[in-house]
Amino acid sequence: MKRGGSISIWFFIGISLLVNGLLIFGAGVYEFFHPPVKQVVLYHLHANIWWGGILAVIGAAYCIHFAPGKGRV
Amino acid sequence: MTLLLALAGTPRLVHLSPIDLIIIVFYFVLVLAIGFYLKEQANTGEDFFMAGREMTAWIAGLSFLSANLGSLELMGWAGASYQYGILAAHWYWIGAIPAMLFLALVMMPFYYISKTHSVPGYLKLRFGEPSRALSSVSFAFMTVLMSGINMYSMALVLKIVLGWDINFSILISSVTVAIYVALGGLRSAIFNEVLQFILIWAGALLIPILGLIEAGGWSGLKARIATNASAEYTHLWSTLGRFNDNPMGIHWTGIVFGLGAIISMGYWTTDFLVVQRVLSAKDLRAAKMAPIIGAGFKMMVPFIVILPGLLGLALLDTKLVGETQAIATNGHSYNEVLPLMLARYCGPGLLGLGITALIAGFMSGMAGNVSAFTTVWTYDIYRALIKKDGSDAHYVSMGRWSTVVGVAISVGTAYLVMDFKSIMDYVQALFSFFIAPLFGTVLLGMLWKRATSAGGFWGLLAGTSSSVGMWAWVKMDPSALRYVALSPYARDMAENMYRALWSCLICAFVTVAVSLATKPRPDAELKGLVYGVTDIPSEAYVSTLHRPWFWAVVVGIIFVVLNVIFW
Repeated sequence: MKRGGSISIWFFIGISLLVNGLLIFGAGVYEFFHPPVKQVVLYHLHANIWWGGILAVIGAAYCIHFAPGKGRV
Repeated sequence: MTLLLALAGTPRLVHLSPIDLIIIVFYFVLVLAIGFYLKEQANTGEDFFMAGREMTAWIAGLSFLSANLGSLELMGWAGASYQYGILAAHWYWIGAIPAMLFLALVMMPFYYISKTHSVPGYLKLRFGEPSRALSSVSFAFMTVLMSGINMYSMALVLKIVLGWDINFSILISSVTVAIYVALGGLRSAIFNEVLQFILIWAGALLIPILGLIEAGGWSGLKARIATNASAEYTHLWSTLGRFNDNPMGIHWTGIVFGLGAIISMGYWTTDFLVVQRVLSAKDLRAAKMAPIIGAGFKMMVPFIVILPGLLGLALLDTKLVGETQAIATNGHSYNEVLPLMLARYCGPGLLGLGITALIAGFMSGMAGNVSAFTTVWTYDIYRALIKKDGSDAHYVSMGRWSTVVGVAISVGTAYLVMDFKSIMDYVQALFSFFIAPLFGTVLLGMLWKRATSAGGFWGLLAGTSSSVGMWAWVKMDPSALRYVALSPYARDMAENMYRALWSCLICAFVTVAVSLATKPRPDAELKGLVYGVTDIPSEAYVSTLHRPWFWAVVVGIIFVVLNVIFW
């Protein structure tokens, strides 16, 4: 929801998903090259890489689509 | 709940990495930034208390659902599904979907057209000041208590899961909620609830996905549960023919009539905490669509709440136990299943997001309570009973201050609960006393124009009193359970279902009897409040795809199919 020149809630959500996604993706990449001694179950699937990537892509799409000034709600 | 209380002394379940802490801190920063940003848009009473009545159906719908995803919703029901199996999903499906659709299609027009600010406000318009006074005072009282319980629950979970100090958690969460609700009012609460809803899904969705991969899909999960527990744990209805045939000790009549017809109807249609979100919608069609959108997502919540519990039952090496046994053996309790599954699959980053999802769930519940309290206090108690001639700016100022005071009382409640732990159970019981009778009062008020002011007031009072009376009767004489819940085998949940059913019926009976003996109000005074004398705007000009009825039917069909699949 936005009013006048205000920022859409979906833009805030995009920021949140983008930042969290990038952080998780980065942590996953680091783990990939430096495998921890104590690994989580299904570690070989590298969930933090693809899940972080998915969140970052969705977040980026929301940031672009609902960027301030584009008039979308 | 008591389970968590008792386990406060157990070692922490997970250890966070620096990247996890960054994710958690970023969440708090973003939440506060939204509050500060929205301050400029909360200058009038309509802005502060009703979010300007300009929310889209999607935002109102997600907020409507998110306000309910607080407290121990995530962890508690995941634990319940470990303990009771898929029966816990009834609280998400028959215990929510019919009521949400009923709110959208039948009740919302009257709430919205009457332009009321609150549910007690509707009672004032329909039944007069005494009914409003009774419901608003009880609601305000219970809401701040529930907010305090939310706050303490969150602090306790953070202590159990992360080893954080309880005082630190209470301080951080209360100050954050107070700031963003006091600054931006309902709009800020709604924005943050939508954000929290997305974060809950982003943080929790990975558990069922990875869990199903590990278990070998749904069929593999069922096979493991049949080995570890019993095949009955994966059936929704087939074990409900007799009280003692299922782990919950409940009969299908309790689920259908107590939970589906009364408790959930009462909660989703008359609890102002959730209804307030829908009242902020920009027009009547959006207000009708919001609960339908909420219902669509509500049907999916079991995927991130119930399924992790079932996966825990199938996959965890550790056997989770009840509270007494967990304390005695220093083991893990049912309610810890969600963080245990989180720790099982989530490495650095993902763990931080999962913990953020839990914190977000608690914060949205707390903020929902506080913003609802602020509106009822300001409009239905302060303006109605204390200062009737204040300016709009005065009431906005009162709203901001009452937010701070409401949070402060909640903090006090949190510490009260800490010292007198049985209060938590009593308060939750007290809260349930008002919901079921209130549904009877509001429903008769909306659908039966012959209902009178005296009928509404005495019906509400009789329903509430009888509910309290039945609860006290069973407390003093446990054998009374066979009368209240129709079976000596009934457990707490079953007792709640039947008590709600009887109190609602008593409320309805007294309302009808007193109404028939008293003078009705003229039809002209009931316009906009009651079915039959209110002009509901036609939706003939709207395409089928945009009609609430169409989407309600779609949601209804999916609801039926889900129940059949998991029968």
